[in-house]
Amino acid sequence: MTDTTKTTHKEPVAVVGIGQTKHVAARRDVSIAGLVREAARRALDDAELNWPDIDAVVIGKAPDFFEGVMMPELYLADALGAVGKPMLRVHTAGSVGGSTALVAANLVASRVHGTVLTLAFEKQSESNAMWGLSLPVPFQQPLLAGAGGFFAPHVRAYMRRTGAPDTVGSLVAYKDRRNALKNPYAHLHEHDITLEKVQASPMLWDPVRYSETCPSSDGACAMILTDRAGAARSPRPPAWMLGGAMRSEPTLFAGKNFVSPQAGKDCAADVYRQARITDPRREIDAVEMYVPFSWYEPMWLENLGFADEGEGWKLTEAGVTELDGDLPVNMSGGVLSTNPIGASGMIRFAEAALQVRGQAGEHQVEGARKVLGHAYGGGSQFFSMWLVGAEPPTR
Amino acid sequence: MRPPIRDIAVVAFGQTDHRRTSDEQSEVEMLMPVLHEVLDATGLKTADIGFTCSGSSDYLAGRAFSFTMALDGVGAWPPICESHVETDGAWALYEAWTKLLTGEADTALVYAYGKSSPGSVRDVLTRQLDPYYVAPLWPDSVALAALQARALIDAGDTDEPALARIAVRSRRAAAGNPHAQLRGPDVPVGDYVVNPLRTGDCPPIGDGAAAVILAAGDRARELCERPAWIRGIDHRAEAHSLGVRDLTDSPSARLAAENAGAFERPVDTAELHAPFTAQEVVLRKALRIGDGVCVNPSGGPLAANPIMAAGLIRVGEAAARIHRGDSRRALAHATSGPCLQQNLVAVLEGEDR
Repeated sequence: MTDTTKTTHKEPVAVVGIGQTKHVAARRDVSIAGLVREAARRALDDAELNWPDIDAVVIGKAPDFFEGVMMPELYLADALGAVGKPMLRVHTAGSVGGSTALVAANLVASRVHGTVLTLAFEKQSESNAMWGLSLPVPFQQPLLAGAGGFFAPHVRAYMRRTGAPDTVGSLVAYKDRRNALKNPYAHLHEHDITLEKVQASPMLWDPVRYSETCPSSDGACAMILTDRAGAARSPRPPAWMLGGAMRSEPTLFAGKNFVSPQAGKDCAADVYRQARITDPRREIDAVEMYVPFSWYEPMWLENLGFADEGEGWKLTEAGVTELDGDLPVNMSGGVLSTNPIGASGMIRFAEAALQVRGQAGEHQVEGARKVLGHAYGGGSQFFSMWLVGAEPPTR
Repeated sequence: MRPPIRDIAVVAFGQTDHRRTSDEQSEVEMLMPVLHEVLDATGLKTADIGFTCSGSSDYLAGRAFSFTMALDGVGAWPPICESHVETDGAWALYEAWTKLLTGEADTALVYAYGKSSPGSVRDVLTRQLDPYYVAPLWPDSVALAALQARALIDAGDTDEPALARIAVRSRRAAAGNPHAQLRGPDVPVGDYVVNPLRTGDCPPIGDGAAAVILAAGDRARELCERPAWIRGIDHRAEAHSLGVRDLTDSPSARLAAENAGAFERPVDTAELHAPFTAQEVVLRKALRIGDGVCVNPSGGPLAANPIMAAGLIRVGEAAARIHRGDSRRALAHATSGPCLQQNLVAVLEGEDR
């Protein structure tokens, strides 16, 4: 036996189908199975494929306590058409929607399978995520009341380090909620939104206000990933994966940079290396990033290399990240408008793919050719990202 | 299924001593020695590992994101390329295998752990069932396995004395396994837990962890005297509802074995993840395991069944026999879900030099 050279192995991966549910606070009309089935069916329809065309299913969601079902993929095997097929369940905290897509992409890239259905979901109305996150465990530091309490101090640290004006967070929320009005699948459709209303909303975790916080949503997102042969049969333009990576670091340690974690920088660098991006600000047309609290937009702009350290808020303030700006961010309305937690990462990845396929409807960025999808989770410690393009990779 | 495009082997395996309780240890403390064991065996450091993947369950730990604590033990600094599956570690090994196939990494650390002792695992596992129609009835894991055993007996595939012999054989084999929780020929058949299953037909409830290192091509040969090459690996799911399944058969295990190439040549060893005696009967039939095959020389899950790690341990035990030269071609099987709902089969081979 001989070990042949490395990179020649990889099969290019294309996104040929995307489906999601209309995200809402509570889908009381469907079971968990009904919810995931709806997204999967829409992805199949988009690809003009059917259940027998799928070789394997990769499913992701955030903690099982969010619905109160242990390893729900077992119960969902029938609804996802996975009977007789491989079914893999991924769980990497909030980044899981992105990680799930990357694990599915690897099944194609490694030539183990030709066409894979990947899906992520959360049905938050079945339980209560905030308290699901806050189960007391002896001898461990409690998370207290949910994620906002954990992240607010890091936002405060960013503001102090950069001297960003207090209003930047509200600008992000105002933009994302307006973008959501153009996205029929977004959860929050606040037609009467104004900047003044965002700035007057109650303070939840200082400096994060109610309107600068993600909602709790029920929703699912699905994608069909396939190889070159599958892409050639695609009825609509495929999105091509040009790079994808995951990085993790510990939750807490002396010297951890909570404002701009090293794992995020490393993950982005790996994606750019694979995609041969040397100047992300110039070469990437739009970004769909995981912003559960408004201030994370300027923070991630720096972490992902779109702005120098301390400069991210200036892009936001100057309107660069608006839908018609030079670098649109969160065209879909983002996590601030839709947050079925386990699916939130995959929705970012799917929006990036929709953009380069030219299928994003009213929130389409004109001429988007390369778009980054980004997700993070845990204590700013798990990162997953992919860069998709309108053209296949050149190597 | 196409043959793997890159040769990948198990080059190291380690496991804890499996015990009924580990109250004095956190999951991280339980896992750490095992991680060091496999790293020491290969001479690798955390920073040398190309990809890390783990399997565990929040429902056993009783808290959300429980795997994040284990990550601290791995030493994820500088940041590492890492992923996690919410199921048995055998599926983490599968994910790592696909990662290595892409050529993005040459080595992978795979680990899994589970502590069943803090809760009532029979009750906890009911939370795996259909949440609307089945879970509200709280049918526990032993009761469901008993349904399967009864179906086998009714079909004439086995009887209670035959099941007792599987139990005795497993615990006798485990006498030579220092990590086993329940071992020796004197483990009693016991009273019925749920008819027709007696205590002896059920796995011990316990805590444990395991770790495996995978490596590709020449890297595997550098790290291990006799690598256990993964000739094929596949996993398949069945329907969830027990009412639509034939519990006396396992078409998913058979299909996985076929795709893994298990039927191309006979194996000499099989490590089967059959936590209940009757499930070995199902698997022997589905996987066409003849009498000449050495089944569960480690004692199998009837001797130690740390949930979420027990499947990975099957792959590890099969690989370890190849490392030691006790096997040339071995089958490893892992399962997940009620009554063998999901099954993974790996075929491992030693290389003649």
